Amino acid sequence: MANSMPATADGQHGSDVTKRDFLKLVTGAGALVGAGALAWPLIDSMNPSADVLALSSTTVDLAPIQLGQAITVVWRGKPVFVRHRTPEEIKGAATVAQNTLADPALDSARVKKGAEQWLVVVGICTHLGCIPIGNKTTEARGDFGGWFCPCHGSQYDTSGRVRHGPAPANLAVPPYAFEGDTKIKIG
Amino acid sequence: MAGLHKSDFANPVINWIDTRLPIFTMMQKEYGVFPTPKNFNYFWNFGALAMINLVIMIATGIFLAMNYTPHVSMAFDSVERIMRDVNYGWLLRYVHANGASMFFIVTYIHIFRGLYYGSYKAPRELLWMIGVVILLVMMATAFMGYVLPWGQMSYWGATVITNLFSAIPVVGEHVVTWLWGGFSVDNPTLNRFFSLHFLLPFVLVGVVFLHIAALHVTGSNNPLGIDVKSPQDTLPFHPYYTMKDSVGICVYLLVFAALVCFAPNLFMAAENYIPANPLVTPSEIVPEWYFLPFYAILRAVPSKLGGVLLMFGAIAVLFVLPWLDTSPVRSAKFRPIYRNLFWVLLIAVVTLGFVGAHRPEGIWVVLGRVATFYYFLHFLVILPVLGKLERPLPLPESISRPVTSGGGGPLPGGAAAKPMEKA
Amino acid sequence: MRITRVLALAAAIGAAALGTAIAEEEIHFPAQKWSFNGPFGTFDRASAQRGAQVYKEVCANCHSLKMAYYRDLGGIGMEPGAIAAIAASVSVPTIADDGSVAERPALPSDHFRSPFANEKAARSANGGALPPDLSVITKARDGGEDYLHALLLGYGDAPATMKMGDGMNYNKMFPGNQIGMPRPLSDGQVDYSDGTKATTEQMARDVVTFLSYIANPEMEARKRLGVKMVLFLVLMTGLSYAVKRKVWADVDH
Repeated sequence: MANSMPATADGQHGSDVTKRDFLKLVTGAGALVGAGALAWPLIDSMNPSADVLALSSTTVDLAPIQLGQAITVVWRGKPVFVRHRTPEEIKGAATVAQNTLADPALDSARVKKGAEQWLVVVGICTHLGCIPIGNKTTEARGDFGGWFCPCHGSQYDTSGRVRHGPAPANLAVPPYAFEGDTKIKIG
Repeated sequence: MAGLHKSDFANPVINWIDTRLPIFTMMQKEYGVFPTPKNFNYFWNFGALAMINLVIMIATGIFLAMNYTPHVSMAFDSVERIMRDVNYGWLLRYVHANGASMFFIVTYIHIFRGLYYGSYKAPRELLWMIGVVILLVMMATAFMGYVLPWGQMSYWGATVITNLFSAIPVVGEHVVTWLWGGFSVDNPTLNRFFSLHFLLPFVLVGVVFLHIAALHVTGSNNPLGIDVKSPQDTLPFHPYYTMKDSVGICVYLLVFAALVCFAPNLFMAAENYIPANPLVTPSEIVPEWYFLPFYAILRAVPSKLGGVLLMFGAIAVLFVLPWLDTSPVRSAKFRPIYRNLFWVLLIAVVTLGFVGAHRPEGIWVVLGRVATFYYFLHFLVILPVLGKLERPLPLPESISRPVTSGGGGPLPGGAAAKPMEKA
Repeated sequence: MRITRVLALAAAIGAAALGTAIAEEEIHFPAQKWSFNGPFGTFDRASAQRGAQVYKEVCANCHSLKMAYYRDLGGIGMEPGAIAAIAASVSVPTIADDGSVAERPALPSDHFRSPFANEKAARSANGGALPPDLSVITKARDGGEDYLHALLLGYGDAPATMKMGDGMNYNKMFPGNQIGMPRPLSDGQVDYSDGTKATTEQMARDVVTFLSYIANPEMEARKRLGVKMVLFLVLMTGLSYAVKRKVWADVDH
């Protein structure tokens, strides 16, 4: 039988078998490496492309933002809230006891020193990605004066920290820097 | 345990699955121990290569589709965005575009191998016919895919080829308008071509499955063209042919990689890097190389309907080939006259390819007509007649004992052909 | 026997190819030695950067480069700061906060600014002719870089026997010999900061190198990957052939 041929042959040439097995092993490993290398370009093509990555910064003019208001700008396709905080809001945010926070963070770590009136946060609820309301003074801001997420009722304070509801973390602070007194560059 | 499949795999998980769904038994039967003639040459690699090629096309195509925009004002730019911005996008696109060429190279070799060794003859007629269906679906898929980058050749190729249907008497114009979804090739056309270009490869997978299913009923042909007579004539598919195919796959990938990385635009028309312009036809419209022989046949007769009929006839004739060839001997090895005419046919087809690449002027008209004439003569006249007249060489007794000249006394052709008849 | 047949096939292909050569147009342009030729070729950075200057100062007056970004200049070795400065020197259209059409300085992430707002504007400014976009021009012309190089140097006086169309220019490399584009390059037209002498030939070579890069920004990565893949596959071919030989060693075939 054709089937039994390799077996008989193997029995006769012991050293041949090890050589063949080693060769097979190397070839098989090579094939696996090759297949993996072929798969990578396919997978990587789904990562952000060069044009998407290049759009990584946005400049915002702060001058038109009135006290107590916030605006929404787009950075990397995401909404970013830029809020002009009132002195009371700053004070309130700075004096919250850390042990009452679900995700403890100092207000001073979330704003730039000397520019505490400007709060810049990514406007995406950390629960499931909805956009909280509260940019306008006329909108519902929840019990803590910041933002209120209409999807599942998470509430954020005037530092963008989560204070109530299912959201697990504070609103993220994107990387940004001041370019002059009334201009910031996000990203 | 009524209803469970009897399996005896060592691995308990595999065994558990196999008793309920015997896919491992099936794989073992069809690709493990499947008895395969032991005398294949490397031309028998090309079926496996075509299958690998189909997988590569579907894989790259799916990821290209994630970045492509089927709209007349964005298609060209979206392809350029794939080339410039998408990670490895250039690789995906060049593999996909050159993959079409590789697919046809591999498939044409596969077809001519079948012609040379008589793989279309009984009992493999249906296997062959399914293969012709695969070729047709491939052609339709390739044609519609070529339209998607929306360059000048895309646009005008689409216009010219869809206009073929206007040759149909009475309803032709309506058919063309229906194909276009308008009164010229435009956005609706591009959208439906994209949709169909995505669909057809999966149809292809289904037809390929039938092709392989039919192959595994009759078993493979072999270079001697004689039937398998005993287990001595065969080898288990694995590891013998899995390894032999692996060698072929490596060489194929080598050629493919070199083409993609060092000459990615070798098969591409420069005109197709110019965005489609419905108001200006390029000075020369040339289809992709794999359509050139058919394009030459189309232009061989000075009649619109005649040319279209002839072109479709060139493929239709392949459908009935198993009944046109009356010789009971399969392999050209044992058909001294057919063997030479096979090469004449190949030269005719290659010549048609060159004719298709040129304007129908001067010598090209004559060459095109002569080659077209021979193409049809070969299939419609020579093959039916030759089978009756030709005296085949003595056939070997079996695959494992190929006949040598002298000893044993060659069997007369008629007698040697006998075993074939039962097949 | 088999050799004869292969030869016959080769002869048929050869004859057809010869016919092809004879039947082609008679315009011939010499094959150039480019830095990016061959499997290991790379773009000559300095030449491509000079070419970018030629494009900016000469070609960009009429020809767009709309698929390319300013950031693409990084691929020919320009520093991010220099790229940002080049981009900032160009204004691109934008919509101001009050909704009016305005302009802003370009960013590296912007596409090259097109010289004309749309095709009609381009045509009306150029006597009805449309200067083609140059983003993929080296791939969009038969002969590629060699042809474009020859075309830029192909200007001259029309033969006395030739009747030139209105506003057309004689170019011995252009099909039909009449081209709408006036001679774009003449000696010393740009000032190269690296001291290279700006001959017409030098500028043509530089700008074609630049345009070849713009048309194939992936070329160097592609060739590097190609070398790796070929080496790997040669190895795999050898390995799988060795295993195949071993497996088949016991079979009488």
